[in-house]
Amino acid sequence: MTILTLSHLTKRYNDHTALGDVCLSISAGERVALLGHNGAGKSTLMKLVLGLIAPDSGEVSIAGHAPGSAVARALTAYLPENAAFHPALTGREQLQHFLRLRGETASKADDLLNRVGLAEAAGRRIGTYSKGMRQRVGLAQALIGTPRLMILDEPTSGLDPVSRREFYTLLDDLAAQGTAILLSSHALSEVEARTDRIVILSRGQKVAEGALAHLRAEAALPLMVNLRPFSGKRAEVAAAFPEAQEQHGALVFPITQSEKNAVLERLVAAGDQIEDFDVHPPSLDDIYVHISGRAA
Amino acid sequence: MLNRFLSTNRIEFIIALRNRWVAVAVLMMVLFSLVLSAAGTAPSEGRGIDPLSLSVASLTSLSVYLVPLIALLISFDAIAGEVERGTLPLHLTYPLSRTELLIAKLTAQLAVVAVAVVAGYGVAALSAFWSSGSLASQGLAALWRLIWTSVLLGAAFLSLGYLMSCLSRRPSGAAAMAIGLWLIAIVLYDLGLLAAIVADDGGTFTTQIFPWALVLNPADAFRIFNLAASDAVSAASGLSGAANSIAAWKPLASLLLWPIFALVGARLALERVQP
Repeated sequence: MTILTLSHLTKRYNDHTALGDVCLSISAGERVALLGHNGAGKSTLMKLVLGLIAPDSGEVSIAGHAPGSAVARALTAYLPENAAFHPALTGREQLQHFLRLRGETASKADDLLNRVGLAEAAGRRIGTYSKGMRQRVGLAQALIGTPRLMILDEPTSGLDPVSRREFYTLLDDLAAQGTAILLSSHALSEVEARTDRIVILSRGQKVAEGALAHLRAEAALPLMVNLRPFSGKRAEVAAAFPEAQEQHGALVFPITQSEKNAVLERLVAAGDQIEDFDVHPPSLDDIYVHISGRAA
Repeated sequence: MLNRFLSTNRIEFIIALRNRWVAVAVLMMVLFSLVLSAAGTAPSEGRGIDPLSLSVASLTSLSVYLVPLIALLISFDAIAGEVERGTLPLHLTYPLSRTELLIAKLTAQLAVVAVAVVAGYGVAALSAFWSSGSLASQGLAALWRLIWTSVLLGAAFLSLGYLMSCLSRRPSGAAAMAIGLWLIAIVLYDLGLLAAIVADDGGTFTTQIFPWALVLNPADAFRIFNLAASDAVSAASGLSGAANSIAAWKPLASLLLWPIFALVGARLALERVQP
């Protein structure tokens, strides 16, 4: 079942096109990552979906409802970038308020704070929280009820690697319950492989869409082979791999995906001369820079 | 819906408490009331006016300045502050309409104004009863009138504060606009009318336009209504002639309509705030 549909969505600010003719649909249980550097149109897209701003043309539909309508708001949870709250309220008070706004009982606040690891700080004022803790309060409020659609703006930006992993585990649970998730990030390495689909925006245009493996194949970036010969065998190895260049004492050369097996056979043949070797696939950031750079 | 509204209302009142707005507002009203009570009781003796009515007369002149000031001080930050902190976008994605949000803020902050007003006037009333016993009970009706009209005046200026807050979208700008509004509506407006009367020297402006000009300003309407509605109060103020020349329903209508107009204005301005 499709939860979110964007059709030919366009938003202009004066002469500047923040978002141009973007189409996208997300089904229940799907995790979609929205990528792009600053100013690529990620936040504009999210604000349009939330009904905070109106598009110049095109349409947004949240399970058949207009963005910003009472039903759409009830179905949607939002985590803003740099989640902010009134500093004079405690984490517990703030969450109790958000629970009541969604028609839930306020007593669930401690449970939610516990889920995001803030049980200890529940009674302290948010003004005393660190950035990461405020981000967790933001996450806790987004978990209220069982939202059908979750909009997460740079959700992992303030989190350490351990918290980030915990965060993605939470998302997995939500997706398993049928929540459609749209999250943004400025780095492909942050979203890792834990999303079903990746959409890349560049200057307000959608430049790529697909699973990570698909984007990887489409980018067709070479793998890098790194060889370290035994001392004294350098000349022989260099002769066996004439395409290699010397870099920091190692021999390095690029290969395509289809050459992998052939290169492996050559490595085995030269096995007694090679002390160690690595094969590096292109990093996620390489792929991202390649795709978004190609569009520009 | 009611739960959403009450929760927002409650959270806004907690914020007002923690920000010390309640403490500051109460302290201001109580301090000024005490000063007026101490200074104002002496001349009443021998004029046949009960001390509470006398207090109400001087409190009316005080409240014209203080109530709008307190209302603007606590309201200018309401929307602009949320925009600056970045809390508004999240609030607006919750199932709470902008109208509900605005009215919840208004009722919470109006409660702050009411607490301050009741505390300040209460102190004045206690001191009147303490100094002259049951004689002061003659002024209770005037005191009650002063309380509810002060709340109406507060409601008008709270909503005007929200209007400034929506229009400027920055706390500093909203504060400047609020101070400007207070100066114009409370101080300069009266000075301007006075200058016009002097220049007009009893002509059409004084007889035709001036009474309406007084009623149109909520602060002047508040003053006229409170001074004219009680004989003792108008006698104590020494303004009986001027105040009684305007029918009491006119300032009352002004006091009732201003909060509504100001709230509608604030609501329209809030619609244009894009987080």
